[in-house]
Amino acid sequence: MSQPTPASATPPGGHLLDLRDLHVEFRTQEGVAKVINGVSYHLDPGETLAVLGESGSGKSVTAQAIMGILDSPPAHITAGQIRYRGRDLLSLSEEQRRQVRGREIAMIFQDALSALNPVFPVGWQIGETLRQRLGMSRADARRRVVELMDLVQIPAASKRLGDYPHQFSGGMRQRVMIAMALAMEPKVLIADEPTTALDVTVQAQIMDLLADLRRDLDMAMILITHDLGVVADVADRIAVMYAGRIVEHADVRSLYRAPAHPYTKGLLDSIPRLDQRGGKLATIRGLPPNLMRIPSGCPFHPRCPYAQQVCVDVVPHDLVLGDGRTSACHFAQEVRDDRTR
Amino acid sequence: MTAPASPTKVRGETILSVDHLVKHFPITQGVLFRKKIGAVKAVDGVSFELRRGETLGIVGESGCGKSTLARLLMRLEHPTAGRATLAGRDLFAASGSELRRIRRNMQMVMQDPYTSLNPRMTVGDIIGEPFEIHPEAAPKGSRQRRVQELLDVVGLNPEHINRYPHQFSGGQRQRIGIARALALRPEVIVCDEPVSALDVSIQAQVINLLEELQDEFGLSYIFIAHDLSVVRHISDRVAVMYLGRIVEIGTEDEIYQRATHPYTQALLSAAPVPDPDARGRRSVIRLHGDVPSPADPPSGCHFRTRCWKAQEICAIQAPQAVPRAADPHPSACHFAEVRT
Repeated sequence: MSQPTPASATPPGGHLLDLRDLHVEFRTQEGVAKVINGVSYHLDPGETLAVLGESGSGKSVTAQAIMGILDSPPAHITAGQIRYRGRDLLSLSEEQRRQVRGREIAMIFQDALSALNPVFPVGWQIGETLRQRLGMSRADARRRVVELMDLVQIPAASKRLGDYPHQFSGGMRQRVMIAMALAMEPKVLIADEPTTALDVTVQAQIMDLLADLRRDLDMAMILITHDLGVVADVADRIAVMYAGRIVEHADVRSLYRAPAHPYTKGLLDSIPRLDQRGGKLATIRGLPPNLMRIPSGCPFHPRCPYAQQVCVDVVPHDLVLGDGRTSACHFAQEVRDDRTR
Repeated sequence: MTAPASPTKVRGETILSVDHLVKHFPITQGVLFRKKIGAVKAVDGVSFELRRGETLGIVGESGCGKSTLARLLMRLEHPTAGRATLAGRDLFAASGSELRRIRRNMQMVMQDPYTSLNPRMTVGDIIGEPFEIHPEAAPKGSRQRRVQELLDVVGLNPEHINRYPHQFSGGQRQRIGIARALALRPEVIVCDEPVSALDVSIQAQVINLLEELQDEFGLSYIFIAHDLSVVRHISDRVAVMYLGRIVEIGTEDEIYQRATHPYTQALLSAAPVPDPDARGRRSVIRLHGDVPSPADPPSGCHFRTRCWKAQEICAIQAPQAVPRAADPHPSACHFAEVRT
């Protein structure tokens, strides 16, 4: 586990991956949905950043923008930069993007069954990139596929090359997908809800595997999730998203100890705890906003117990708190110091 | 809205009793003469009791049979063997008007609020549909008023009676599903993963609603879920299932503090805890491999292939869920002990 880096520090030479003020909108027949509204985050070699949010918060769309796999239309990137090793990926040609995709930045998805092709054997699917992109011979690719399947701890790998996705259990399928993502030895792995579809005991196996691989291969990882438990287990830093914005950004320990945004605080208070039997759960009132009609000022204000008139009128900027954290709340310090939990 | 009508309503007495329930789905071969070549043992001898006003949580991983159990209790499947009684009436022998009376008394809330509501029916029609089947529950003239009462009870605006499901969010749809389940004033509600499709901030609202309704109407819940924290929060007693069997059953405290079955212990230890300071300090039991196929479960104890305590006896003799020396709650393990 690397040292948590303060959210503001920039290493010499810049960050490995650096998102700057990204804006994405979906133009549909019903109107324009502003899905990403100025997201900035960065990733350094070897670290794990968790991007936490509920459905519609924009966490997956951000990842798809990094990968360059947004469907356009309806998605349009209207502003911002995605800098990888100093180069803005958004200014590259599609052919140059292809060189980055898979080789530098790879992604695994939540639902391994629908992400894999049902009519090809898994060995063939893992080897496809090796043959197509690296020009490996079939025999070399096959050897490498067995290595990769061993790496992700699929038992009896050489016997299972010819098996089809439906012959694997959910956890094993997720391992196949991880093997595919690792084929080109990427520097950044984006894991989009990698364990959400899995059972608790299998989830623990996959999160262990990802943590080991990240360390052994010295990858950086972006973990996209809605699960506050998983984040606490593996992440160094955490960015909390709401309505297409990052509302709080901090190292994991500080954030769980004293959340500085009312939304984060609400989330932490509303989850039932395994180690406590509680009475009534705290809730966040209301619903997440419709992205076609995001509330004025702070998008969280209609649901926020701290909201004042200023929250309706003025969009809060990232407030840098003393310990290198940021919170997009007018009352960030009050929220952080409020211990009524 | 008045509480469900019932001749005897003593809190704590047994309302639902399930005895050695078995459901095997045949595996067949051939087209014309379908030969039975095996069976998926989805539910393999499950017994428990549900008391009035109580919540019994049922936890287990996919394939453990918890949803088949729910379908059996709702009589959507017919059991291979075993019996169950609801308020003294035999659940599986009943037919005709007797069955309709039983069904009125036990309703279900489904997991997926997106597919369990008919998109072409208004909310009023969805919640009122039970009255079409059970006209004696509400006279025709009073139905709209009843539906609006139900909307109000679950925290939705009664004026939205003519809206369609797509006009509601996931959490609101789950409230519609709960209102539908309440329509016939049942005493027992089977909740099959009622909050797992919902976002965290919405999940808490629905859990609180279920608890309020329980207090208000004296409902008994069977609460099926895979999320151990949610089950602990809402349940009075908890049953842990593995490959069609209940491996351990006890009060919330017995299961979460003094579990004696290795599978329960592994399940509890694998659940992530939202506390970064616990990282590395929790002693996590890592289970290897996957759950075996219910078509071909291991002999003896079903868990023995993944169990670190397994001995010869575990392959020969299936342990019964009986009180153990380590702790007096039933645990189906030959080597039951509290984890230290």
